[in-house]
Amino acid sequence: MRRFFALFTVATMIWACSSDSSGGGSSDDVDPEPESVSFERGPMLANWADNIIKPSYEAFSSEMSDLQTAFDTFKADATETNLVAFRDSWLSAYKMWQRVSMFEIGPAETVGLRLNMNIYPTDGPKIDGFVTSGTYDLGLASNRNAKGFPALDYLINGLGDTDTDIVAKYNGAEKENLIAYTEAIIADMSSLTSGVLAEWNSGYRDTFVANDGASATASVDRFINDYIFYFEKYLRAGKMGIPLGAFSESVLPQNVEAYYKADVSNELFIEGFEAVHDFFNGVHYGKTTSGESLASYLDALNEVKDGEDLTKLINEQFDLAKTKVEALAPFRQELEDNVPPKNMLLAYDEVQRIVPLFKVDMVSAMSVSIDFVDADGD
Amino acid sequence: MKGFFGKHISAPIEAAPLAVFRILFGVMMLLGIVRFWSYGWIEKLYIQPKFFFSYYGFEWVKPLGVYTYLIFIICGLSAIFVALGYKYRMAIIVFFLSFTYIELMDKTTYLNHYYFISLLSFLMIFLPANAYFSLDAKLNPKKAFQKIPAWTVNGIKLMLGIVYFYAGLAKLNSDWLFEAMPLKIWLPSKFDTPLLGQFLHEEWVQYAFSWFGAGYDLAIPFLLLYKKTRPFAFLMVVVFHVTTRVLFPIGMFPYVMIVSTLIFFDSSFHHKLLSYVSGLFRIPKNRFDNGQVLVLTSNVKTNSKLVVIAVFFAVQLLMPWRYLAYPGELFWTEEGYRFSWRVMLMEKSGYAQFKVVSKDSGRWFYVDNSDFLTPFQEKQMSFQPDFILEYAHYLKRHFEKDGHKNVQIFVDCRVALNGRLSTTYIDPKVDLAQERESFEHKSWIIPFTDEIKGI
Repeated sequence: MRRFFALFTVATMIWACSSDSSGGGSSDDVDPEPESVSFERGPMLANWADNIIKPSYEAFSSEMSDLQTAFDTFKADATETNLVAFRDSWLSAYKMWQRVSMFEIGPAETVGLRLNMNIYPTDGPKIDGFVTSGTYDLGLASNRNAKGFPALDYLINGLGDTDTDIVAKYNGAEKENLIAYTEAIIADMSSLTSGVLAEWNSGYRDTFVANDGASATASVDRFINDYIFYFEKYLRAGKMGIPLGAFSESVLPQNVEAYYKADVSNELFIEGFEAVHDFFNGVHYGKTTSGESLASYLDALNEVKDGEDLTKLINEQFDLAKTKVEALAPFRQELEDNVPPKNMLLAYDEVQRIVPLFKVDMVSAMSVSIDFVDADGD
Repeated sequence: MKGFFGKHISAPIEAAPLAVFRILFGVMMLLGIVRFWSYGWIEKLYIQPKFFFSYYGFEWVKPLGVYTYLIFIICGLSAIFVALGYKYRMAIIVFFLSFTYIELMDKTTYLNHYYFISLLSFLMIFLPANAYFSLDAKLNPKKAFQKIPAWTVNGIKLMLGIVYFYAGLAKLNSDWLFEAMPLKIWLPSKFDTPLLGQFLHEEWVQYAFSWFGAGYDLAIPFLLLYKKTRPFAFLMVVVFHVTTRVLFPIGMFPYVMIVSTLIFFDSSFHHKLLSYVSGLFRIPKNRFDNGQVLVLTSNVKTNSKLVVIAVFFAVQLLMPWRYLAYPGELFWTEEGYRFSWRVMLMEKSGYAQFKVVSKDSGRWFYVDNSDFLTPFQEKQMSFQPDFILEYAHYLKRHFEKDGHKNVQIFVDCRVALNGRLSTTYIDPKVDLAQERESFEHKSWIIPFTDEIKGI
């Protein structure tokens, strides 16, 4: 017993001394202690909502209007020139989509925006069937692989080998059904988009920002989960890993994004990848300015490890992976021309390396529980 | 020695504290079961998953599909019987078996306090907790005793003391004391806690919590033992456990501990408590105050009982030290980590990507863990070597059944511990399908790159 008290006393003294030396007065000749963490989550949420999420949705919504306009022109006069313009508009909107796809929270989550906009590979024969019969219900979950950007890819790029062939279809026997189906898809996408944007503008923004606590249901915790999930499943696996055969033993070129366009899958990936990177750094949409972000949160947590800070490590890995992916040909070409697709596999590995940095290092530094695990701890 | 033996082992003492303990234990366990069920955790943790992680040697303990509910019902009913002291011996045996079965079904849900409950209920099998203020005692006056041997109550005190003291010893390491880890990570994230929240980001608060926590665990058994410090100690118990309850998601444990420590109080306190209960339920308490003394006659049965209890405590005292038999950092390898009262000691998380290779063709692919594991299972699996190995074996069986031949399983696993940068955890070149589970050191764990000093 006495020994125990002796131990306890010694321990207390060590504590007393050590706290003296670290928490001591901050006279001018001593380096001030690192600032204690007092990061506010509210301003970060506000920055996300006001400077990134809403402006991105607005830009996307305007891309959707442009797409509608280009389609209307094409509908009135299905020429090759108008097809090219329609296609450019599609690609431009598709790229902007890559900047909003990760925001699957709140209204977008409610309607399942991502699953309605961008399920690929799209089902060509199913689309053909719908066009021929003229009857379909785009609201059905089972028809998600016959609509959205991938279906438009098929309708704009996949109906024939050349633009002449494609335009011929739009002027052929199924002209009306084809136009009607394309129109229905665009209308479906536009209405989903405007619905989501309207909710962000009419109250969800405040709900999102006000929920600034720390729990499995707080905005920050939930969004970080969604963000990492998007990166892992949709960006890393969906756009690269699955077509590469990383999960299936053999390559699946038909699973690349924008398969029929064939030469933009890498561009679409880079766009999405940059969006995730920008989000990490809190870069305002369409600007070079930035605000409170995951990066500044990590900095505030003062997570200096291995002599380097985590923000820097993550940013460096993003840059490295981006360089590798940028050096690649369009993914379909990489997969079809190379056996095995060595360069793309190497680039994938660099993209993959970001996952543990997010999922292990960032999440544990922020003490965010990954996925909603609802059970006791001890 | 004889004096000590007489005073703490064989001397007759009031049975009331043990009776109160039995009642509160039964009630708490019943509440625990009801709470667990009402949250839908039976379904979520034991019925939905496709795969369950087993304890080495207990691979045969599995959930029973929808009949798993039955085990919980049995467990809950036996808890009621324990509280009532009705057919007590049978009830506590059934409780111990059903509760332990539940805990053995899936290692994912391992919690020190579940282990504590299993141990306590095992110990209670040998205690005459139904001698006083129980239905058994009422129905069979021959079994009713106002006084019982001292070791019965002291056994529970010892058990509680072991839990606290070893939990305190485990905190005597450089991460906890000199880095304030993992509290430095956990506390700031609790900024929205009422009253406390605004202070939790202060470094001195994190150190204060760490040191107070360690000091509390080491000192509290002794402070509870001495009459003078007892009221203060109990106040500490309440403050400490309520604080942990507010800050961390630890379920029933704080309440179980608060209630359990009441056993340290004098029997007069327990008599008052029981009088109050008597008044409430109109149970004539005085019928139990029969002055009868339970004396265990020295026969084979009694002696073997005492031997079992002595062995039990010897194991309890030694178990937490078994980690010394393994090389490497305990927090990293977790060899000897469980069953040792290492509670809330580290912030550890990992990421494990499994690669399945067909040896003959050299073809390979990665596994999507969510195809096989729940998020909770995946989380626990990704930083514990025994989980990783068992899952690797499962993957091999699964894919060989799928028609793949000569499957090799490799893992790319990264783990971060107490705020350190994540590093490679498992040798990525080792085919885990060829490794066997055992009590031996797992040589395929990449050694910890830093050092944590202390116990």
